[in-house]
Amino acid sequence: MKGWTTAAQGARAPVRRRFSWDRFSAVATLIPSLILLGVFVYGFIAWTGYVSLTNWNSFIPNFSFAGLQNYINVFGTFRFQSDLRNIVVFTALFILGCLIVGMGLALLVDQRIRAEGLFRSIFIFPMAISFVVTGVIWSWILNPQTGVNLILKAFGWKTVPAWFLSTTIVPNITLGQIQVGIPLALLAVLIAAVWQMSGFAMAVYLAELRGIPDDMKEAARIDGAGAWRMFWSIILPQLRSTTTTIVIILSAASLKVFGLIYAMTGPGQEFVTDMPSLNMFQTTFQGDQFAQGAAIAIVILLLLAVFIIPYLISTLRQGTPS
Amino acid sequence: MTALRRINRSLLYVVLVILACLYLVPVYVVVVTSMKANSAISLAQMWDLPSSLSLSSMAAAWAQLGPNFMNSFELAVPATLLSALMGALNGYALSKWRFKGSNVVFFLILFGMFIPYQSVLIPLLRVLDAIGLYNTIAGLILVHTVYGIPITTLIFRNFYVAIPDEVIESGKIDGSGYWGIFRHIVLPLSIPGFVVAGIWQFTQVWNNFLFAVALTNPPYQPVTVALVNIAGSQTVQWNVQMASALLVSLPTLIVYIFLGKYFVRGLLAGSVKG
Repeated sequence: MKGWTTAAQGARAPVRRRFSWDRFSAVATLIPSLILLGVFVYGFIAWTGYVSLTNWNSFIPNFSFAGLQNYINVFGTFRFQSDLRNIVVFTALFILGCLIVGMGLALLVDQRIRAEGLFRSIFIFPMAISFVVTGVIWSWILNPQTGVNLILKAFGWKTVPAWFLSTTIVPNITLGQIQVGIPLALLAVLIAAVWQMSGFAMAVYLAELRGIPDDMKEAARIDGAGAWRMFWSIILPQLRSTTTTIVIILSAASLKVFGLIYAMTGPGQEFVTDMPSLNMFQTTFQGDQFAQGAAIAIVILLLLAVFIIPYLISTLRQGTPS
Repeated sequence: MTALRRINRSLLYVVLVILACLYLVPVYVVVVTSMKANSAISLAQMWDLPSSLSLSSMAAAWAQLGPNFMNSFELAVPATLLSALMGALNGYALSKWRFKGSNVVFFLILFGMFIPYQSVLIPLLRVLDAIGLYNTIAGLILVHTVYGIPITTLIFRNFYVAIPDEVIESGKIDGSGYWGIFRHIVLPLSIPGFVVAGIWQFTQVWNNFLFAVALTNPPYQPVTVALVNIAGSQTVQWNVQMASALLVSLPTLIVYIFLGKYFVRGLLAGSVKG
């Protein structure tokens, strides 16, 4: 009797799928979040996109259609062109700095050292404080009149760096309105940014290093591999996909950098430390140029989406991202 | 061979200690400077230890920051609890009750974690204004709860994936449904998940600057905005600025010192792979 019912249910199941309260509950659980994010993320992005196509460039809203005029205007400004130079330079050097420092720290900490927890905590703690705190503190440490420059002078340096007050751009190639190169002022901001975020790279690398099986390293050692060979042939290949992950997360953080710049330098003279995020904020809320601000916001979003969407799709496609 | 090894080990520790000291330079500057009195600060003596300990700069900083401190607590605690709760519910549905399209839903939720918030700021301001929540702590709670959902969902989903499906199956055999299994089986196992998500969210909300500066005016501003105002003011001495920076960082640093392990787990979860 029992066997019969089971067989019948088994045969019936594909034809008439029983409505499941449990499955319904799972979907229902997600609905509030989906509505909220649907409005606050997707709806608002669409709204911002719409605003960027209007003539709303004064305190009074004006939704008449402007086409791409705001984008053309924004891209034509000295400030935004400087922003694009700065964000490219900053992102590239920030990622490079965090990867090198983070990997170096991870390899050092992974040597079965004493007080490992203490060292790890020291390298990661900057992640726990606010970007604006970092900006305020480092603007004093790198203040040309004091801080690091006092030490440099004590060591006999005659000309000390101007740090974030420098307006020098290296190599200084004129391209349209702006000078293309690395604004030296950004290097000061980069020191603070790498100080804050390298611990993230270290933590991710360290988690991955712990995942490399010991017998793999042991086998290499028996084969006579030295420390360098071990690093290049065993460890580095293992860290490749981790590096991709770190690069994606750090580029997202870098393209959004706001509080650090706001608190440490502001836009800087000749916009040497300005960023699109800061430009958007000031254009919109201090200049009342809402449509132009919206256009800048959409550009930042598109820059980010280029990194994030392929990354999210590929991670989710690999099955369980766990 | 062993001698070489010993030298190598010593060198390793020397390098590590130097690096650790470099990372702690800002801490030294902040602590030393905030212990100096107004009369004891000069740009030339930045690195010197204070000749006598003074709490006057801490007191001056607290006098300015105190009210904003309360704002930040009133904001961060509810926003953290609400987004953690929603993350737990979402994570449970997305890990243990997969349905057709659940990966797409997960993607749509996760994307919200990476957007530059500038791209939602103008509508956000208009909507908060329209519903009477502009320039209120409640408005900021709403904003941080909503934009916190992606990361908390991610943390809980990855946390629940690690719970064996057999545990859920045994609940079903016992006749429990979706909510019964959640309340009696999953929730009691969720404490570490709440600790990780809670610490991460608290830190993020406390440290946030963009929403705070865009959506509030005095007297409702959180501490981060107050700090920037103090630092930007020409009249505030820089020992008071450093003392303010220290005060602003204390809550998240205390959490980090005592629960650092869980903070790092949140940090790793942020890389999606978890």
